[in-house]
Amino acid sequence: MIRTRELTKRYGSILAVDGVSLDVRAGDIYGFLGANGSGKTTTVRMILGLVLATSGEVQLLGQPMPRGGRKALPQVGALVEGPAAYAHLSGRANLALLDAMGAGGVRRTRQGRIDAVLEQVGLAEVGRRPVKAYSLGMRQRLGLGAALLRQPRLLVLDEPTNGLDPQGIREIRELLQHLHANGTTVFLSSHLLAEVEQLCTRVGVLDRGRLVLQEDLADLQAPTGRTVVHTPDYDRAHALLDGRIEQRDGDRLVVRGADPAQLNAMLVSDGIRVTELGPERRTLEQVVLAATDTSSHQVGVTR
Amino acid sequence: MIAVELSKMLRRPRTWVTILLLNALPTLVAVLLAVTDLGPRPGSGPAFLSAVLADGTLFPLAALAIILPLFLPIAVAVFAGDSVAGEAQSGTLRYLLVRPVGRTRLLVAKLVSVIAFVLLAVVIVAATAYVVGSLLLGDQPLAASVSGTTLTPEQVAVRTVLAIGYITLSMLGVASIALLLSTLTDSPLAAALGALAFLIASSLLLTLDAAEVLQPYLPTRYWLSFVDLFRDPIFWRDIVRGIGLQAVYVVVLLGAAWANFTTKDVTS
Ligand SMILES: Nc1ncnc2c1ncn2[C@@H]1O[C@H](COP(=O)(O)OP(=O)(O)O)[C@@H](O)[C@H]1O
Ligand SMILES: [Mg+2]
Repeated sequence: MIRTRELTKRYGSILAVDGVSLDVRAGDIYGFLGANGSGKTTTVRMILGLVLATSGEVQLLGQPMPRGGRKALPQVGALVEGPAAYAHLSGRANLALLDAMGAGGVRRTRQGRIDAVLEQVGLAEVGRRPVKAYSLGMRQRLGLGAALLRQPRLLVLDEPTNGLDPQGIREIRELLQHLHANGTTVFLSSHLLAEVEQLCTRVGVLDRGRLVLQEDLADLQAPTGRTVVHTPDYDRAHALLDGRIEQRDGDRLVVRGADPAQLNAMLVSDGIRVTELGPERRTLEQVVLAATDTSSHQVGVTR
Repeated sequence: MIAVELSKMLRRPRTWVTILLLNALPTLVAVLLAVTDLGPRPGSGPAFLSAVLADGTLFPLAALAIILPLFLPIAVAVFAGDSVAGEAQSGTLRYLLVRPVGRTRLLVAKLVSVIAFVLLAVVIVAATAYVVGSLLLGDQPLAASVSGTTLTPEQVAVRTVLAIGYITLSMLGVASIALLLSTLTDSPLAAALGALAFLIASSLLLTLDAAEVLQPYLPTRYWLSFVDLFRDPIFWRDIVRGIGLQAVYVVVLLGAAWANFTTKDVTS
């Protein structure tokens, strides 16, 4: 759906994006993670043809960008660096204007589509109020509504939950999951690990303009071959498992061996109390921290 | 797409406030003339103003002459300066472009909307002035041409329409400068001020003998030539030159605007 090859953007002396090769496949919810200033928005702008790459290529729905925008963009819904609307017009009027501006906005179905989309993003009640009376969260929802108006095959969302409250973030997450279940591919950028971890099926990590990681989330979170045990009886466990314990942190032990059931049976048969036990999985945070260079003063990922 | 752009223009409160303000000065002048009965001496003051005390139906021309040197170009500079930069500043430009609206088409639609705005403003000012002039000012059908012969009311009407067209065309140079600047900056204010600076420089150079070689090329040079439409017979030379000069400005500046806008990074 989106494929970039060695995509690079230089602003004067600043290398904003440096040799990024993305591969977003149909059916992904792709999380594009990176700290503020790491180049997410610049990459999104190049994908959409707003900014011209210094070097490298972009293929959007099989079309080379920016040339193929006329063919590709009608099937793409986008939110780039915050929403924008004409403040003196209502949310509805804004959606209608944008729809009428380009190809594919069939007039006959326009009102119906606007109604449906306002309902989807939770603005049904305020759709007739002028946008200048909207809160930041409401504007964000309106922007998302505009992206959804023509039922795009691909959604490109740059920090879609900015400015939303926790309830709003959950609603957006559920909406995106619903759209994904109905076949929409989603590419979203975020600086929030938790957001990506809860929502995405595939992750790309950007660190100061470079793509340092791109993988399916399930693979990143695969078991590590070790088991985590919580027990109050450290000394006895230590005696029993001698040598297999790799790490201790209070009650928490990390034990070599990928079979939690076998380890559990062993501990219990020896009368050692176990409060918690399971295979060790790396969290996305650990993966990301390992992938980004944390030695720099510029911390790789902010939460 | 052009229709949408026009409806956007018509739905903006700013459009109507600007037109209201453009009407305010001529109307004030008409009221003052009617109350004091003191017209400027023939040959001084804005064109046609000395005649309107006798014939109020000539007031549309006087009103256009009043707004032409300053008010109208300011309005045009502000409006055209806002056209692209305003969308950039509010962030709507990026959403238009990914909608997708082609950059060339967007620029053309903006230009059409600027021309429509000028035409609308000029027509409304002329119409208002006709009503105000008929109500408040003289009603002797004078209809004297600038050359001293008499024009029929039909001739006056036709030539007024021509004058409206010429004045609209005269504003295209300013509009093109402002539109070019509007593609260069994300600040509508900067674009409008830049265009105004250009105009003020042009007006100043027109008064300076040392700038004589430049004068035929200054965008404001032939603005007041619309008066020539009311000579008998019509004196076409300056009008034709005026139209030609505006055409050159439009082609060159819009070419530059197009070249810039279609290749620029939209980072707003
Ligand atoms: N228009 C611009 N001119 C110069 N530098 C820019 C511009 N836009 C972004 N940058 C720089 O490029 C880098 C990446 O910015 P951005 O893509 O906005 O990051 P993110 O969206 O991940 O926060 C930053 O260092 C930023 O300062
Ligand atoms: Mg950003």
